[in-house]
Amino acid sequence: MKACCYYGKEDVRVERVPDPQILNPRDAIVKVTATAICGSDLHIYDGYIPAMERGDILGHEFMGEVVEVGKGNERLKVGDRVVVPFTIACGHCFFCHKQLWSLCDNSNPKAWLAEKLSGYSGSGLFGYSHIYGGYPGGQAEYARVPFADIGPIKVPESLGDEQVLFLSDVFPTGYMAAENCDIQPGDTVAVWGCGPVGQFAIKSAWLLGAERVIAIDRFPERLAMAASYGQAEVLDYGEVDVPEALRAMTGGQGPDACIDAVGLEAHGTTLDAWYDRVKTSLSLATDRPHALRQAIASCRKGGTVSIPGVYGGWLDKFPLGAAFAKGLTLKMGQTHMHRYLPLLLGRIERGEIDPSFIITHRVGLDDAPEMYRTFRNKQDDCIKVVMRPH
Amino acid sequence: MQTTAFPSDVESTMAPADLMRWGALAAAAAVIGFGVSRRSMPGLLIAAGAAPLAYRGATGRWPAALESLVAGGDTRSALSGSRGIHVRESVRLECPVDEVYRFWSRLENLPTFMVNLIGVSDLGGGRSHWIARGPGGLRIEWDAEIINEIQNKVLAWRSLPGGDVVSAGSVTFRPARGDDRGTQLTVTLQYEPPAGSFGAVVASAFGREPSQTIREDLRRLKQLLEAGELAKGAGTTGVSAGARR
Repeated sequence: MKACCYYGKEDVRVERVPDPQILNPRDAIVKVTATAICGSDLHIYDGYIPAMERGDILGHEFMGEVVEVGKGNERLKVGDRVVVPFTIACGHCFFCHKQLWSLCDNSNPKAWLAEKLSGYSGSGLFGYSHIYGGYPGGQAEYARVPFADIGPIKVPESLGDEQVLFLSDVFPTGYMAAENCDIQPGDTVAVWGCGPVGQFAIKSAWLLGAERVIAIDRFPERLAMAASYGQAEVLDYGEVDVPEALRAMTGGQGPDACIDAVGLEAHGTTLDAWYDRVKTSLSLATDRPHALRQAIASCRKGGTVSIPGVYGGWLDKFPLGAAFAKGLTLKMGQTHMHRYLPLLLGRIERGEIDPSFIITHRVGLDDAPEMYRTFRNKQDDCIKVVMRPH
Repeated sequence: MQTTAFPSDVESTMAPADLMRWGALAAAAAVIGFGVSRRSMPGLLIAAGAAPLAYRGATGRWPAALESLVAGGDTRSALSGSRGIHVRESVRLECPVDEVYRFWSRLENLPTFMVNLIGVSDLGGGRSHWIARGPGGLRIEWDAEIINEIQNKVLAWRSLPGGDVVSAGSVTFRPARGDDRGTQLTVTLQYEPPAGSFGAVVASAFGREPSQTIREDLRRLKQLLEAGELAKGAGTTGVSAGARR
């Protein structure tokens, strides 16, 4: 089959690789009908994610048709149309029982690698380095789905691929980011980063009862989408001093909750952002937490900072003192996907949201290398790329 | 009773005892050669110090004066105090204690999650025969006997003299919390490695550090009992699946 493979920093190629096979009784093989490039794939593309190997198949946002089912899988049958959550969970460990699906104990066969880095390992992920298990990803014609009797959600024929595909990651991720804000009536929520996760965080903040949503980015097409589809007030960080502007907009009090939907590759125009750039380029630091610093600085006393943006290593100049002084709550982590799938599919079916609004590019799998470049360079107003492998 | 089949393709067929004798001879020769070549009093002392090693190489036994200092196959003398390698690892399982106990007490199940075990067969009467991969792929075998068995609480065993390893250990089982649905399992293992402490050093140099190995074994046990299968990440390389269409 054809698959989009990692070959090094800024080097992805569409290659012929062996078809996936059922390896375990609970597995299923999915013929991928639609797959997307995630903003977090760009962290791999830019070389920020360690333990990637040449030839690793990329991609963790995909859906398709079940073409083969392991003998221990009684929930799926050939022909089922499913969306696959990007976190892999066994469904039976302590963490799955607690609905903390992305922290599953049993789905990362290389947990010892993650333990060296973080003390304990989270769940396995599709196509996201060997720290997360080395699972082949979904930017391919076919994908093997482990624990497929727990993860994939069947979707009705009445909904098109583009309406349900983002249940695989960015919609639940944006939704959990908003849910982590514990939004109360009257709350103002500020969102850093208007990529797909930020757009869904904005939408979800409204769904969860926010009174105001303020979106922060630099790219005009992203701010425009946040303002139009997202109905958010927007701030261009290239134009204004964000903490100052937020202070002014909230009567000097600050937003009740701040969402960092940017993560470890934040851009910025202030001194600390350049400091991060220099340090990471010299390999003296791993992450550039500029957006996170601003979120902590801007958030009101006793507020919540929610972090759906991905961080991978050690942060420098992290203002823990400010977070402590203001009594902030910090919430973060990979999305507990399985918790949200039925809930959010229901919202799509009822017409409360149509996630396809974020798609800007529709291509075949062969265009993947070019699309990685376009998306990373934010050219051609690119916000979300959907690929059709068949 | 059903016993586990032993694969025939074990990497090495040279018994550890033979290997150790030749190793001892070679090491003694090297040390004596080095000591004599110094042509000095310290050099001669070094050479003389290798004599017991040469004796062991030639006879397979340590000189009588040293015998009591080195393991003789008895777990009590080989493993008491700080002797041998001590490993202690613990794991928490979302399974009732009796289920975990039942699985472990069928010793034939152990090779399904203990990576270095090739097979365990129950000989009856609390005795069992074990075959494992030692450092460097050596095949090692020993018999063991259960020395303590309290249902749903503890299993303890020790090796019997005459085998390739001297080891003793226990597994304790206790409820992880109040609701009878979780188990905390702790493995305590002591062993004199097949090639002495030197073997453990060599093994750890190759990444088979004993506590890490046991930790990975317990992780696989957890996967088997909780998820029902071992997580497998790979699947694209080395598989010639042929085209699906």
